[in-house]
Amino acid sequence: MLDLIRLIEEEQLRSDIPVFRPGDTVRVHLKIREGTRERVQMFEGVVIARRSGGLRETMTVRRVSYGVGVERTFLVHSPRIERIEVTRRGKVRRAKLYYLRGLRGKAARIKERR
Amino acid sequence: MKGIWGQKLGMTQVFDEEGRSVPVTVILAEPNRVVMKRTVARHGYSAVQVGFGTVKPRKLKKPILGEFRRLGQEPVRHRRELRLPGAEELSEGDEIRVGDTFEAGEWVDVTGTSRGKGFAGVIKRWGFHRGPMTHGSKYHRGVGSLGARMSGGGGRVFRGRKLPGHMGHARVTVQKLKVQRVDAARHLLLIRGAVPGPKGGWVMVRASKKAPRASEGGAR
Repeated sequence: MLDLIRLIEEEQLRSDIPVFRPGDTVRVHLKIREGTRERVQMFEGVVIARRSGGLRETMTVRRVSYGVGVERTFLVHSPRIERIEVTRRGKVRRAKLYYLRGLRGKAARIKERR
Repeated sequence: MKGIWGQKLGMTQVFDEEGRSVPVTVILAEPNRVVMKRTVARHGYSAVQVGFGTVKPRKLKKPILGEFRRLGQEPVRHRRELRLPGAEELSEGDEIRVGDTFEAGEWVDVTGTSRGKGFAGVIKRWGFHRGPMTHGSKYHRGVGSLGARMSGGGGRVFRGRKLPGHMGHARVTVQKLKVQRVDAARHLLLIRGAVPGPKGGWVMVRASKKAPRASEGGAR
């Protein structure tokens, strides 16, 4: 019975999402609707959290823009995301990097993972 | 006739055409077959009795089996009535299918049996406030005062006073829900928002009484 719900959810999952984890830097290509036109906007930053799973999975991306911290949360499987690009892999020791919010500049760097 | 019986499977979310995530209740509405008709002449009202699901004949009691035999119908697991306008036009053996009945974007009312809450106190049942739990208070979740000397002209409790009692497991209708998607192949109805009852509960979906006339112009 509940399998039908799982099916509905699985049908909507995207298979083109790259593997990435907290600490990685990603560039999210977003489809933006402006009236009738559609264009792509980018948001690049560090993934500080991935929450939940399946269709409901979200990722929180943080960037510092003109000295102001900006965080955006996306549904990973949202059709509004055109593409996710992993630009840098980071080495971190926890799953949620909320501590980055209190750090700036040099202290907020993340070591690269190879 | 715009109505069908189905089973609530649970809730999930889907993305709409705009890419928004929409909360939906999934209802499995297998074809409802008209088993019997209720007519004004014979029963005083007009409706259809529909059946769904399959049963082994040996699982049924003989009088019920006999009923099916008399009607010349295949036995069904469950039977419910749909008392809706337009019931007269259907005849025995007709099938009501989700795909033919509803389409995405339509407004519907959903009727079901709400989850039973058991014997509930006044806070849960009527939304009363609770008293302080500490500081010497002896009034926590109780009913409070009632039937004071002056009320109703002499020490009695007014009728309709909100008191503890059985809550839930009642017929509840939620009006004006939007059909998000219809999956005719799998007999599924995806309705935006919540619907009364537990998973597996039977619900009746019918055209909404409150649908705005210009159905496209309404709320999203």
